[in-house]
Amino acid sequence: MTDAISVEGLVKTFGRTRALNGLDLVVRTGEVHGFLGPNGAGKTTTLRVLLGLLRADSGRAQVLGGDPWRDATPLHRRLAYVPGEVNLWPNLSGGEAIDLFGDLRGGLDKARREELLDRFRLDPAKRCRTYSKGNRQKVALIAAFASDVELFVLDEPTSGLDPLMEAAFQQTVREVSARGATVLLSSHIFSEVEALCSKVSIIRDGVTVESGTLAQLRHLTRTSVVVEAAEPITGLGGLPGVHDLVADGARARFDVDAAHLPGVLRHLASFEVNTLTSRPPTLEELFMRHYGDAPEAAAEVPSAGASR
Amino acid sequence: MSAYEGTGRLVRLALRRDRVQLPVWIVGSAVILAAGAAAVIDEFPDAAGRATALQGAGTSPAVLLMRGTPVGTDLGALANFRNLAFMLVLAALMSTFAVVRHTRQNEETGRAEMIGAASVGRNAGLTAALTVVLGANLVLGVALIGALVSAGLPAGGAVTFGAACAVTGMAFAGVAAVGAQLFQSARAANAFAATAVGVAYLVRGIGDALGERAADGVQVTSTWFSWVSPLGWGMLARPYGEERWWVLTLPVLLLIACVWGAFALVGRRDLGAGLIPERPGPAAASRGLLSPLGLAWRLNRASTIGWLVGSVVFGLGIGSLGDLVDDALGGNEGVSDLMGQLAGTGSAALVEAFFAAMMNVFGALAACFAVQVLLRLRSEEAGGPAEAVLATAVGRARWVGAHLTCAVGGAAAILVLAGAATGLADAAVGGDIGVLTLVGAGLAQLPAAMTVAGFVVLVFGGLPRMVVVLAWAGLVVSLACGLLGDVFGLPQAVRDVSPFTHVPAIPAVDATPGPMVGLVVVAAALAAAGMALFRRRDLSP
Ligand SMILES: Nc1ncnc2c1ncn2[C@@H]1O[C@H](COP(=O)(O)OP(=O)(O)OP(=O)(O)O)[C@@H](O)[C@H]1O
Ligand SMILES: [Mg+2]
Repeated sequence: MTDAISVEGLVKTFGRTRALNGLDLVVRTGEVHGFLGPNGAGKTTTLRVLLGLLRADSGRAQVLGGDPWRDATPLHRRLAYVPGEVNLWPNLSGGEAIDLFGDLRGGLDKARREELLDRFRLDPAKRCRTYSKGNRQKVALIAAFASDVELFVLDEPTSGLDPLMEAAFQQTVREVSARGATVLLSSHIFSEVEALCSKVSIIRDGVTVESGTLAQLRHLTRTSVVVEAAEPITGLGGLPGVHDLVADGARARFDVDAAHLPGVLRHLASFEVNTLTSRPPTLEELFMRHYGDAPEAAAEVPSAGASR
Repeated sequence: MSAYEGTGRLVRLALRRDRVQLPVWIVGSAVILAAGAAAVIDEFPDAAGRATALQGAGTSPAVLLMRGTPVGTDLGALANFRNLAFMLVLAALMSTFAVVRHTRQNEETGRAEMIGAASVGRNAGLTAALTVVLGANLVLGVALIGALVSAGLPAGGAVTFGAACAVTGMAFAGVAAVGAQLFQSARAANAFAATAVGVAYLVRGIGDALGERAADGVQVTSTWFSWVSPLGWGMLARPYGEERWWVLTLPVLLLIACVWGAFALVGRRDLGAGLIPERPGPAAASRGLLSPLGLAWRLNRASTIGWLVGSVVFGLGIGSLGDLVDDALGGNEGVSDLMGQLAGTGSAALVEAFFAAMMNVFGALAACFAVQVLLRLRSEEAGGPAEAVLATAVGRARWVGAHLTCAVGGAAAILVLAGAATGLADAAVGGDIGVLTLVGAGLAQLPAAMTVAGFVVLVFGGLPRMVVVLAWAGLVVSLACGLLGDVFGLPQAVRDVSPFTHVPAIPAVDATPGPMVGLVVVAAALAAAGMALFRRRDLSP
């Protein structure tokens, strides 16, 4: 079994809302997989289906080789979940909540618990009522990471954490990943996903629109090019794959589809080029390209959506 | 900064928030009262008719239980008899809800925190809430006086009537102020205050139902039990009868005591916290917590202890009445009929029937407790930690089962303790029912409470978003059909719907295991169906 999670054609409706509309997702064992999408895209819904908290209307989902709905209890011994919104019991202390979640999951590593309490600088003797949002988040993270499980399902786990704690979180994810655990990480923080994830899936309106390594994703989209020559650059607008061209005599700025980059470079070679900078898109740009509120821009690049 | 700084601003804020709610409550009460008074004038123009009506009412302890005691035969007295109890309850509930709204609910939603930061003294919130609510009661009192006078009734009695309602409302404002300091959630504070109103109503109802009828067949003198109840005081002032204004000092004294207590509590706690100042908790969990059952018990522990203490106190009070029931009312047919009806025994020995009826009341309380515990399932699910718990290796049935165990176990403990306390108090005043008999009588109610619990689990599994409404509605229906079905004269088929109808009325009749086993089976089937439904559905926020 090399896939920790595999999902095919998942559909989930809430009344008339179609939250998932044939979603696909494959997370290989040992991978740290980023799960991106705008608000309401269906990330939380997907994770809840994977945990057997929601029942899918149709489609196939497998988690650690089991059916997340039917085998929920045995599967839950082997995974840890950090919900997007961490709700705790106001009267219990943070330490009690950590022990409770750990124990209900099947036990937790005491030494690891202390280490993480220290790393995340959480006072476990405080009542949960008195914790800030970030501190509640830490309770859930410590409870999850102190468990020796195979799979971590994390729903926006760092919303509310300060930059120092963000770093502690990244360190912790690298540690569990190094010992072979799989991580599925839903997030809105691009730098975090770029830093941690070997693979990324981007979803929109309940459908996967992109999935692959960051390098693959970049390959599928456009590169930004800025070029300056000693003479006016002409003819760029007629080349295939060139978009958003701003030509200003000897200076031009445009985006080009990765597949057409060689042709464009050949064309540029016929001018006396002084400087040329090209930059692969950041994850944020990839994301924006799909979700920026310019639907016509998305329509221009049908190839971008054809990766699944 | 003084502790009261900013009170004025908070008063204006509270008045703004309540600009619809309080006027509706006050005007609504006045309109109901005016209509009620007009109806009396219309229906009973002559004194003879009124006397006949009141004599009829006076022979029915059920009516006395609900309405209080008649104070005379003139128009005002009859209007008073028909409306005062209801108006007192309205005033009390208006006050408790408003006080909680402007104190604990503010704190819970974090509004108070925002206000607290804006240079407001620590006592200002409570002071403002009390100012608004006491003011509202004054306005209510005046509105009720206006309603009675405008209907054409004498002003003198109207003033006593209005004053009785106003000071009763104020006293319960004080009770709610204390509750708001003791409890952490607005829900719990409201439940505490509303339960206080309910118990006060019930206590004076018992005192009135057991009251002694005067020779004219109209007036009834309540027993001392009515004097224990703050709602009873408003009635004991006897508006439109031989008025006793001094009785109205009692609610005022209660108000003063409660306000003093509430401010003392404010001074001892942090914003958002309850009575016990926030001590650090344990840094690690004890073994006992580390299971679904341990968790469920921990979540319900405080309120369970509260219910147990309440049951013992109530049991002691009821037990000490057995003697009185026998002595004072041995010859009163109406009372023994009522007790027989409440207990479902037909007519039996008065004391036995009385205790059987009271065991039904304990059964009702145990069912209330079970409903309250089981509704926690829903609050844990909707915006609570249930999502995280059910994502651990805890199965859904096990999670529900843990809460169900707390509900049934707690209900059993309530019934045992209530029965034992009743028996001990009865023995102390020379009764001979026996502690063990009454413990058994209490436990005989458990299958009915379990059935109610099973119903709540069923609704939780099938219709989670409506479980709060349906659970309480189911409880009210089963209590109305079961406990009061005979009093109301409901057909047997309707009464059979309620589990309480099937409970043997021990000690008035012998224990019969058949119906109890049947109820347990029904309860188990309901709970199993509820769990099965829950396991098939989505977790729904
Ligand atoms: N219980 C529910 N009932 C009805 N609609 C729901 C429910 N849960 C989710 N939805 C809807 O399903 C869609 C997907 O929601 P979901 O919470 O999965 O989005 P998300 O990708 O996690 O968004 P975010 O980034 O804001 O967390 C939304 O349109 C949401 O309104
Ligand atoms: Mg989400």
